[in-house]
Amino acid sequence: MTSKTLDGWEIVIGLEVHAELATATKLFSSAQNVFGGEPNTNIDPVSLGLPGSLPVLNQKAVELAIRVGLALNCRVQRSVFARKNYFYPDMPKAYQISQFDLPINEGGWLELPDGQRIGIERAHLEEDTGKSSHVGGGGRIHEADYSLVDYNRAGVPLIEIVGAPDLRSAEEARSYVSELRSILVAIGASDGKMEEGSMRVDCNVSVRPEGSEEFGTRCEVKNINSLRSLGRAIEYEAQRQVDIITSGQEVEQQTRHWDEADGRTHTLRSKEEAFDYRYFPEPDLVPLDPSPEWITEIQESLPELPRQRRINLAEAAGITPQEATLVVERNLDEFAIAVIEKGADPTRVLVHLENNLADGIGELTTESFAELISLETSGDLSATQAKTVLADLADKGGDPKEIAAHHGFEAMDTSELETLIEGILADYPEDWTAFVEGDLEERKKKSGFFVGQVMKMTKGQADGKVVNDILLHRAES
Amino acid sequence: MNERISREDVAHVARLACLSLTDVELDAFTNQLADILEHAADLDALDLETVEPTAHPLPLINVFRDDKLGEAVDREKFLASAPEVENNQFKVPPALGEHS
Repeated sequence: MTSKTLDGWEIVIGLEVHAELATATKLFSSAQNVFGGEPNTNIDPVSLGLPGSLPVLNQKAVELAIRVGLALNCRVQRSVFARKNYFYPDMPKAYQISQFDLPINEGGWLELPDGQRIGIERAHLEEDTGKSSHVGGGGRIHEADYSLVDYNRAGVPLIEIVGAPDLRSAEEARSYVSELRSILVAIGASDGKMEEGSMRVDCNVSVRPEGSEEFGTRCEVKNINSLRSLGRAIEYEAQRQVDIITSGQEVEQQTRHWDEADGRTHTLRSKEEAFDYRYFPEPDLVPLDPSPEWITEIQESLPELPRQRRINLAEAAGITPQEATLVVERNLDEFAIAVIEKGADPTRVLVHLENNLADGIGELTTESFAELISLETSGDLSATQAKTVLADLADKGGDPKEIAAHHGFEAMDTSELETLIEGILADYPEDWTAFVEGDLEERKKKSGFFVGQVMKMTKGQADGKVVNDILLHRAES
Repeated sequence: MNERISREDVAHVARLACLSLTDVELDAFTNQLADILEHAADLDALDLETVEPTAHPLPLINVFRDDKLGEAVDREKFLASAPEVENNQFKVPPALGEHS
């Protein structure tokens, strides 16, 4: 579903993204920050909140947080850590050290590939919690017998990026998260792996009648572990809220849990039970006030961001920046530009990079890629043949011409093809009549059939486009 | 009912802090907390428009450590101090929901 509205309703979405920062150690102690690992091996008195242990701030985490802030066009400012108080076994101190009224980064924006700017309210530092697994009750958290806690993750530095409620569809939300991930990876702040939980998305969803200025009551959806779940959760939740409102009831402000297996959101807690965190300034940490010199130094060390890289590729390839999204996301834009600068046809370059090199470029070089494309555009290789040669080039490298010769690929001349096609048409007279007399749709279907026959007989050596031209030409004459 | 803080406020704060108070304690703490707030209210007599809120009593900023790995720890020692352990994890009563 790509529509922005559900029958006259508008979806309003604001995302909170937590990303683990790519430091060697934790935010407030020298225990290792690493994914996985045997339970409770990367712990120390600070991670466990043992009495008498004291936090000391990791400078690298601060630097990475500032990188995030600058890349998201935020104001980097004096900030203060605060205690967020709650009782839950994943946070053994009974509070989480976070930032509250004075976050390190405030007031920025992120530009989606389509050019839309989405507001960033703040991006603050905090520590991650431990990980609890619920035992018994068939794994459902509501019915568990007890929980087991692993504190390897407790104290890992997080940046929480709070987006403005500027998103209006599941598609925009996905685009926002994937752009944010590209930025975090590009600046070296996080590995952005949603599947490993190093990037997590909480999603605030509300609905309102189209044209309305006021926001509806929102629900926060947690436990979203992939871009796909994000889209599904938003669409489910928006529909649920519209159904409630159209049946004459009111949406209750709640925190809800996305269940990937049943494709629904479930209540975790409602506003009445919402936590009152009693934030207060963390007495064990002094304020953080990065100097203008330090901020400038970090700013100057930032690499080119995906947005600029899309513009660069768009200019080189004669496409729109939006059309450059996938290649930039795959980090193949510089390679693409280098090949285009060698004179290769930009359209072929992009088609191959987007569709035929999903596993990466491997041993492919700018030289071999450019030569392959020139063989293709000159008609020496059909699209199918080029694809086969490309796969070999990525796999083991080499010379495109030699690989083509090795496969026995030679351009078929048109008269050979004509003869071949004539034979096929004679074998399938009914299909041919259907093609000649059919409408556009029917012709498409039948031409697919004939091209398939030709490919079978030529082992993919024929150029599908040429076959099509011959078919059309014969049908018209 | 006290002007500075109500008995209900104190009961609420106690609940958030997972404290169970008797009626007698509730009355006593309501009075004590009211006195503390009353004392803090003395500050209202001063003109503090231009004074920045104090985040920390020490005149320090930017106290950092390097991102360097410390010595490996012996998890057995930590696990041994827990009331219950299973599969090298801390065993706790069932709890609902996730934070971060």
